[in-house]
Amino acid sequence: MSPTLLFLLVGVAVPFLALLLISFWTRDGFGFDTTLTFANYERIWTEPIFGALLSRSLWISGVVTVATVLLCYPMAYYVAFHVHRHKMLWIILMTLPFWTSYLLRIFAWKVILGYEGVINASLLSLGWIAAPLEFLLYSPTAVIITLAHAWAAFAILPLYVSLEKIDRSLLEAAADLGDGPARRFFRITLPLSMPGVLSAFFLIFIPTTGDYITPALLGGPDGAMIGNLIQLQFGAVNNWPMGAALSIVLTLWIAAIGLVFLALSRILAQRAA
Amino acid sequence: MSGGSYINRPNRALTAYALVFLTVLYLPVLALPLFSFNESISVRFPLQGFTLQWYVDLWSRDSVLAALWNSVRVGVCVSLLATALGLLAARAITLRRLPGQNAIVAFAMLPLVIPGIIFGVALLILFSRIGVPLSLITVGFGHLVICLPFAVATLLPRFEGFDRSIEEASADLGENGWWTFWRVTFPMVLPGVVASLLLTFTISFDEFIITFFLSGYDATLPIYIWSQLRFPREFPSVLALSTLILAASFILVFTALWIGRIGLARPEEAEARKEGPA
Repeated sequence: MSPTLLFLLVGVAVPFLALLLISFWTRDGFGFDTTLTFANYERIWTEPIFGALLSRSLWISGVVTVATVLLCYPMAYYVAFHVHRHKMLWIILMTLPFWTSYLLRIFAWKVILGYEGVINASLLSLGWIAAPLEFLLYSPTAVIITLAHAWAAFAILPLYVSLEKIDRSLLEAAADLGDGPARRFFRITLPLSMPGVLSAFFLIFIPTTGDYITPALLGGPDGAMIGNLIQLQFGAVNNWPMGAALSIVLTLWIAAIGLVFLALSRILAQRAA
Repeated sequence: MSGGSYINRPNRALTAYALVFLTVLYLPVLALPLFSFNESISVRFPLQGFTLQWYVDLWSRDSVLAALWNSVRVGVCVSLLATALGLLAARAITLRRLPGQNAIVAFAMLPLVIPGIIFGVALLILFSRIGVPLSLITVGFGHLVICLPFAVATLLPRFEGFDRSIEEASADLGENGWWTFWRVTFPMVLPGVVASLLLTFTISFDEFIITFFLSGYDATLPIYIWSQLRFPREFPSVLALSTLILAASFILVFTALWIGRIGLARPEEAEARKEGPA
């Protein structure tokens, strides 16, 4: 363990501490003013742009998470309850696209949704529309569609695992006692699969809040997220301390929301037991 | 498996939904290969005609070949290191029940649940403060951080279902610790090792979010593609390159997932065993 632990300390803990430290510095020309100050955090708190981007990121991620879980639940349910042969093949098929390059999957959506993309160009040349449909590209809608597609595997796997674990005799007992399919689902299947639903929430919500590629390629000005702002601080704007402070604020938000999810799943687990 | 039970009765609507779901899952990704064989420079229906011109173009570009070579070098080093560290971690986790063990596993899994951008900028700050210039080595370091959770997660089930008495028997018969590991433990966890190597290589090969912050002058393939995306006339060659990368990842990952399940109980078998005695 010790080499792995050592690597984790150097690769995870130390960079994080460096990030925390530099967030209390300020930019000074091309260098840093190393006096410790809350100046960056005060700016994030007072200037509306930061709060607006942060809340938009959390909102987009929230919509993506809910949409992905709702769309993936029937799929996971189907494989858990109705597929009896080649289950492994189905699981591999459902998760395979997730392993291909993230950048390429997002690029694929740009090819499909873009002004010159598959949908618009085809509809134009068929004469069905007069001008490109603008809502398809450079909008929060495009970001939401793309992210929901890109993170589907993160919902399917935990949902499948929790559904697969459900003791089938409970359902049979409910059926014998006269519960119909709907009541069986809402009184047994859904409550028992809640741990899977919660971990899917966890696994999708957290990484999507920090995404900057999807908004950069498909978001346009109204679809920019906090990740784009952080990336700018380390690029064109060249204000590393500010970028560090934004990263810390994002991490704190994620941690806070994560703790709420965790507390919820504890409560649910206790109720189930 | 209670296949004939009225609860598991086939459900047409659900089957249809599953098929639509799979189609939508694959359709966007398949658009890339479809248009990479298209003669027209713009991506639209109807297709203009079949051509391999964009693929031939790729071979004449030194920057593509250089980026490919960079990606392969980083990927091989990262997959070997991540799997070695993952092996050590998985073995230590299952060998002895240390206090605070769950915390250590959670710590190792941390990169899975923290946005990549935060690791990217944190490592960038660290490297620049200690004066390490950005290069393929810094890229590899970043990849190692995010590959480790996948290596541990792939290898851990191998060690968990492991009968320790076999190792003890080997020790009793006079093998020392190293030979026991090499001749007894290693062959049993080998499918997991192969799966971990292939998966971590694929992750490193495809990684963009962290690489963007940590790469210097030497571009990896995803960085090269990103740099070409702003030129519309480069679209077809990017499509061709993407198609090749997609094909490589699909094959690698399918092999990894298939090998990774060898020897592990299949869901159906586990089910049968669970229901069997009752």
